[in-house]
Amino acid sequence: MKAAVLVFPGSNCDRDMAVALRKSGADVTMVWHKETSLPEGLDVVGVPGGFSYGDYLRCGAIAANSPITRALKAHVERGGYAFGICNGFQVLTEAGLLPGALLRNAGLKYICKTTPLEVATTNSAYTADYTLGQTIGVPIAHHDGNFTADEATLDLLEAEDRVAFRYGDNPNGSARNIAGILSENRRVLGMMPHPERAFEAAHGNEDGKAFFSSLVSAVVPA
Amino acid sequence: MTDPKITDDLIAAHGLNGEEYARILEIMGREPTYTELGIFSAMWNEHCSYKSSKKHLRGLPVDGPQVICGPGENAGIVDIGDGQCVVFKMESHNHPSYIEPYQGAATGVGGILRDVFTMGARPIAAMNSLSFGVKEHHKTKQLVHGVVEGVGGYGNCFGVPTVGGEVRFHSAYNGNCLVNAFAAGLADTDKIFYSAASGVGMPVVYLGAKTGRDGVGGATMASAEFDDTIEEKRPTVQVGDPFTEKRLMEATLELMATGAVISIQDMGAAGLTCSAVEMGDKGKLGVRLDLENVPQRELNMTAYEMMLSESQERMLMVLKPELEAEARAVFEKWDLDFAIVGETLEEDRFLIMHNGEVKGDLPLSTLASSAPEYDRPWVPTPAAEPLADVPSIDPIDGLKALLASPNYANKSWVYEQYDSQVMGDTVRTPGLGAGVIRVHDTPKMLAFTSDVTPRYVKANPVEGGKQAVAEAYRNLTAVGAKPLATTDNLNFGNPEKPEIMGQFVGALQGIGEAVKFLDMPIVSGNVSLYNETDGVGILPTPTIGAVGLIANEDELIAGLANDGDLAVVIGGTGTHLGQSALLAEVFNREDGDAPHVDLALEQLNGEFLKANRSLINAATDLSDGGLALAAFELADKAGLGLTLDSGDTAELFGEDQARYLVACSFDQAEALMVAAGQAGVTLTTVGKFGGDTVKLGGSDAPLATLSAVFNGTFAETFA
Repeated sequence: MKAAVLVFPGSNCDRDMAVALRKSGADVTMVWHKETSLPEGLDVVGVPGGFSYGDYLRCGAIAANSPITRALKAHVERGGYAFGICNGFQVLTEAGLLPGALLRNAGLKYICKTTPLEVATTNSAYTADYTLGQTIGVPIAHHDGNFTADEATLDLLEAEDRVAFRYGDNPNGSARNIAGILSENRRVLGMMPHPERAFEAAHGNEDGKAFFSSLVSAVVPA
Repeated sequence: MTDPKITDDLIAAHGLNGEEYARILEIMGREPTYTELGIFSAMWNEHCSYKSSKKHLRGLPVDGPQVICGPGENAGIVDIGDGQCVVFKMESHNHPSYIEPYQGAATGVGGILRDVFTMGARPIAAMNSLSFGVKEHHKTKQLVHGVVEGVGGYGNCFGVPTVGGEVRFHSAYNGNCLVNAFAAGLADTDKIFYSAASGVGMPVVYLGAKTGRDGVGGATMASAEFDDTIEEKRPTVQVGDPFTEKRLMEATLELMATGAVISIQDMGAAGLTCSAVEMGDKGKLGVRLDLENVPQRELNMTAYEMMLSESQERMLMVLKPELEAEARAVFEKWDLDFAIVGETLEEDRFLIMHNGEVKGDLPLSTLASSAPEYDRPWVPTPAAEPLADVPSIDPIDGLKALLASPNYANKSWVYEQYDSQVMGDTVRTPGLGAGVIRVHDTPKMLAFTSDVTPRYVKANPVEGGKQAVAEAYRNLTAVGAKPLATTDNLNFGNPEKPEIMGQFVGALQGIGEAVKFLDMPIVSGNVSLYNETDGVGILPTPTIGAVGLIANEDELIAGLANDGDLAVVIGGTGTHLGQSALLAEVFNREDGDAPHVDLALEQLNGEFLKANRSLINAATDLSDGGLALAAFELADKAGLGLTLDSGDTAELFGEDQARYLVACSFDQAEALMVAAGQAGVTLTTVGKFGGDTVKLGGSDAPLATLSAVFNGTFAETFA
């Protein structure tokens, strides 16, 4: 599987995402935000966590208008896979590649802790190796992870089985406990929790490993 | 714009006394210009010159085979094998944080991170030691929120995991909180960068963010006591931009890889002045600056303002001229300023030009080396009065009182606001004992802790100083690490008072003895004096930050107690209640002596623990709160009940040193007993883990009740 990880100024989980992809067997290229095209023959694009452009203005808003994001949109329009974790999820919503928005946490504080997640669908390239309804522990680390969308959008996400993960203890006030969602074609995923931080024994928790193994085995090499 | 005339009032406003000004006249042979006066003030204030502390710092042990670079550079450097090293330092940002908590704490974190990556190291871990006034004080809640958000706001955005620290509350900090920030980075031993310039006529390059008027005179402010004019000092606090710092770090590390850097120095306290003087003095060269080329954020900035600005996220570098294009390209990639602002000179001269006009012309080496040095009078701290009788107390009530105090309650409200896992190498997150970070792509790990018990230091500076080091040693040992080295952040009151100076001298003596015996040399540090408000000093608080090395996962101790495990104490029974947490929290008393520290016993018991790690499921050191608090913390973390056989107050709450509590199975405990007999170590089975009740002697309470208190106190007090 050929993957790219986008690097915006202020991204700080880019290396972590690349490590998890590489250790899962992907061939990973880091792509700088000023680039206007993605590498040839790419299967999947990862948008990492961090504080792109300092998260000034609004989290992910400036990155959504970065040169490389235009290439990302073209990749998605062609039916390519893309996923965003944490700040990456915020970028994908700001870019209009996923519905909804991420507001400030309900408690108004930044939260970093391992939180229980329910796997809400296994019908995706990202979640196929989990069991439906399985509870996994995955760290969150964000100030603005409170997912919101209008009622019709939320209903549609649920009706189309596009909620990927739900919080067990809703730490940030997200609508309908939503922690991660899929696009209509199920190939674009955004989630606030960090599966790359629960990836190997040294993390004390390997619940995030199946996220990457699902992806690598689901994506047919180009 | 004309510069103001030099008057007695202007000299005093620069924090310079008559004697110091006479010395300036002698050095210059004429009246200084306004800019020159500002430069002397910046170089000679307590914060930059260490004029009261230097004499006593010289005696500290700073050497060892593991030390690559000791105090004097931006941070200390310690060898961790395989061509790698850890670069670390701790520094205070106390006064700015009290005036403007968010930005004060944020820029404290920014400053210490810059110290680390200036040397070529990528920051991999941060900690912070925070001391606040009591919860009832009207400022405390606002300070706690502001400081914690500032620390998190900066570190989280920058992308460094915060893996440890301390938070304490005491009325002595009501008017003067302490914010001590620690950072550690990782570098290759053959790619370390220093500040000494070399070569004549080499370009001096300004890197990073633009210069504004923020922080003008900050270091001078930080060297004075507070009074009721504090609000007027708000403009002296700098404003941080972690996004720029992150880019500056990436750009600096990329720049270093191009080979273009001859020497480099971050702009911290007293900004352009200190960094230029430091680079010139260490390289035995002069420096000329052309200030019109300094990237400026505001219009019409004067030479005085530019030389004294403490705008953040800036560096100064001496560049190999033939690699200018490569170096410039790196900074353009990251959209940061890159400007040649001067050059190195052969003669010993600090020449400051602005639009063709000489604004300052000083002898550089004299400026660097001639700061006053004081041998301040000091008196030894009198021996503590013996401890008065301690009334007996129901042990569960005693434990509950500790759990209900923000000093001893679970601090997750604080550390969950810090990203503890970014970079994907965090092995042990904050909460109990040392934090552990894996050295990326290796089996090695580094452990980090910060410790001091200010009550002990006040009662007995020498033993208190020793104890701070001993506790750091134990916290590292309890996760299986070999302690490597130490950074000290020495926070004290007004050094012009002999009794305060006596605390300083005594604490340094104790710290020195302990780091020497335990082979944890001091490789970096910072002194913060004048921590007083309206004449009331803080508790003497020499914070010890320490780093340890874990060779591989077999050496790591990071497990939880199991149901049915025995609770075993390495190192004897509790007896010492003087200056204990129990006395302070339950009886509102701070009397008696600090516990005695037996360094040989510390080493014996510490080495024993590590040698027998295979027999231990979970470990923690015993410190304030004694056996009862440590055992409860291990039990709460594992979600298990606890039985301690003794109900004796001193046995449960005594704070005798050189002790650990470990959890092990019956079979492991048998083997540990045999090993202890051979090693001459005192080992006592004091109870067991399991069930859902906490029993201390004849008294008990449901675990759930106590855990609710322990885990709820902090948020209830401050949210």
